[in-house]
Amino acid sequence: MTLTHDVRTKETLVRIEGVHKYFGEHHVLRGIDMNVKEGEVSVIIGPSGSGKSTLLRCVNLMESISAGRIYVRDELIGYREAGGRLHDLSSREIAAQRREIGIVFQRFNLFPHKTAVQNIIEAPTQVKKQSKPAARAKALELLDRVGLADRAGHYPAQLSGGQQQRVAIARALAMEPELMLFDEPTSALDPELVGDVLSVMKDLAKSGMTMIVVTHEIGFAREVGDTLTFMDGGVVVESGNPREIIGNPQHARTQEFLSKVL
Amino acid sequence: MSIQAPDLPATDRSGHAAPAPELINAVPVRHPGRWVGAAIIFLFLAQLCQSLVTNPNFRWDIVGTYIMDVLVIQGIGWTLLLTVLSMVLAVSLAILLAFMRQSDNPLFRCVSWFWVWFFRGTPVYTQLVLWGLVSVLYPKVSVGVPFGPELFHFSTQDLVTAGVAAVLGLGLNESAYLAEIFRAGLKSVDGGQMEAAEALGMRKSKIMWRIILPQAMRVIVPPTGNETIGMLKTTSLVLAVPFTLDLTFATNGIANRTYLPIPLLIVAAFWYLVITSLLMVGQFYIERHFGKGVDNLVQAPVKASQTAARAAKGAHARKEEGEGL
Repeated sequence: MTLTHDVRTKETLVRIEGVHKYFGEHHVLRGIDMNVKEGEVSVIIGPSGSGKSTLLRCVNLMESISAGRIYVRDELIGYREAGGRLHDLSSREIAAQRREIGIVFQRFNLFPHKTAVQNIIEAPTQVKKQSKPAARAKALELLDRVGLADRAGHYPAQLSGGQQQRVAIARALAMEPELMLFDEPTSALDPELVGDVLSVMKDLAKSGMTMIVVTHEIGFAREVGDTLTFMDGGVVVESGNPREIIGNPQHARTQEFLSKVL
Repeated sequence: MSIQAPDLPATDRSGHAAPAPELINAVPVRHPGRWVGAAIIFLFLAQLCQSLVTNPNFRWDIVGTYIMDVLVIQGIGWTLLLTVLSMVLAVSLAILLAFMRQSDNPLFRCVSWFWVWFFRGTPVYTQLVLWGLVSVLYPKVSVGVPFGPELFHFSTQDLVTAGVAAVLGLGLNESAYLAEIFRAGLKSVDGGQMEAAEALGMRKSKIMWRIILPQAMRVIVPPTGNETIGMLKTTSLVLAVPFTLDLTFATNGIANRTYLPIPLLIVAAFWYLVITSLLMVGQFYIERHFGKGVDNLVQAPVKASQTAARAAKGAHARKEEGEGL
């Protein structure tokens, strides 16, 4: 409870207000409201097709929203509001917003033609124009942090899924984002490799990183999450303290889902 | 005959020493058909060799006389120059066309599609003749405001010489084929790569050059090597322009003068084969470069001793497992 209280005193970093998303006729998000405070770990669970991944992809502009607003640190994501109208941001402005938001994908998406360390220094050297030696030193530090100091020169194909995902986390952290998004980061992993990735995420949460995590790992949600949001059919069904929701879900749909995954 | 057990300590999985197993030494299946086939092929080869040596119509003496002829050597130079320049022009245009084809701008997509349709849809010979006649079609090229004043102009004949016409004809035609190869290459790269790079805040042009194209090259290089070798031989069509310095024109010229076409064809074939072989060596290295991280992991700059040790351990474990079953 004290943890939740601490979080409440902090500033809200992500504000999602009345967000709708259509894919053609398909109404995927039907009015999502959600706040994530600084330093908070916000876990989103729900069945496939519930819109949880889409919501995450909207936050870093991989999908555009059809209605509503998303703010990160009071900055409107994807648009500029002027003269009572929204204007699309240029690709340069979008790239600038994305730099502040790291994302980790289900399928890792490491660059296969680059070694682990080259993957990590790519964006710092190319986008932030850091010098190669400085970026490299930072990259090796990050690799050490995710427990892969001895894999710097390995290509992704030479790493296990769990190792690749940890390199992907290090790659996202190298840009020093203020928000980290995780899109089912352990769903493509063998069961025995899930633990390593989750423990890296746990350490990251402890270090005070703000995180939105879409996952099926209920144990992680209970242990590390500050808030839990259960989504179904494009709406937030239930949201609050993870221990309370998992222990005593209020909605029938939440009960049904949890009984299947627990 | 028995096989020596590998030089590794024989241990079972619990780490206890175990007696070395008796390795299988099975009698292989015999293939008499292969011997018959080999004999037939050998006979044919022997016959071919005999005819090459004894048939006087080959006129090997003439081949020897002209193989290093100054006209032939110059022809090789021109053929190589045409090949390289046309391919450079074609590759540059093809990258541009492939990017345009993927553009969000419908006009770019349309232009790219039309370009491929036109240059792929008409014979290269026709295009070469047309480039040779371009100065008849447009006697002067002028730069100015459309429907307005002219700033300056060139005579087309000075601008588009036979060599330029040949490179334009070959290069533009080739660019249409290469554009499709590059498009296929770009499409072969997983969509997640673009998303990951975008999420890191990289700009589109950077993503294309640093992330997408290097991966696409794995798919692009083998067919482009094919096209380069094809181009080497297509240069023999530049007579259509007319451009009269390439290898085929040189050997044909000598053949017509000496009334000895066969030995001069052999000279030309020999040199085309030599150049093709060199191009194949180049392609090998280019493929190796762009295959890093995917095709040739042995080349990876990892701690070699570590990998070797791990590989040996893995092989040993597998062996034990297999024999244990």
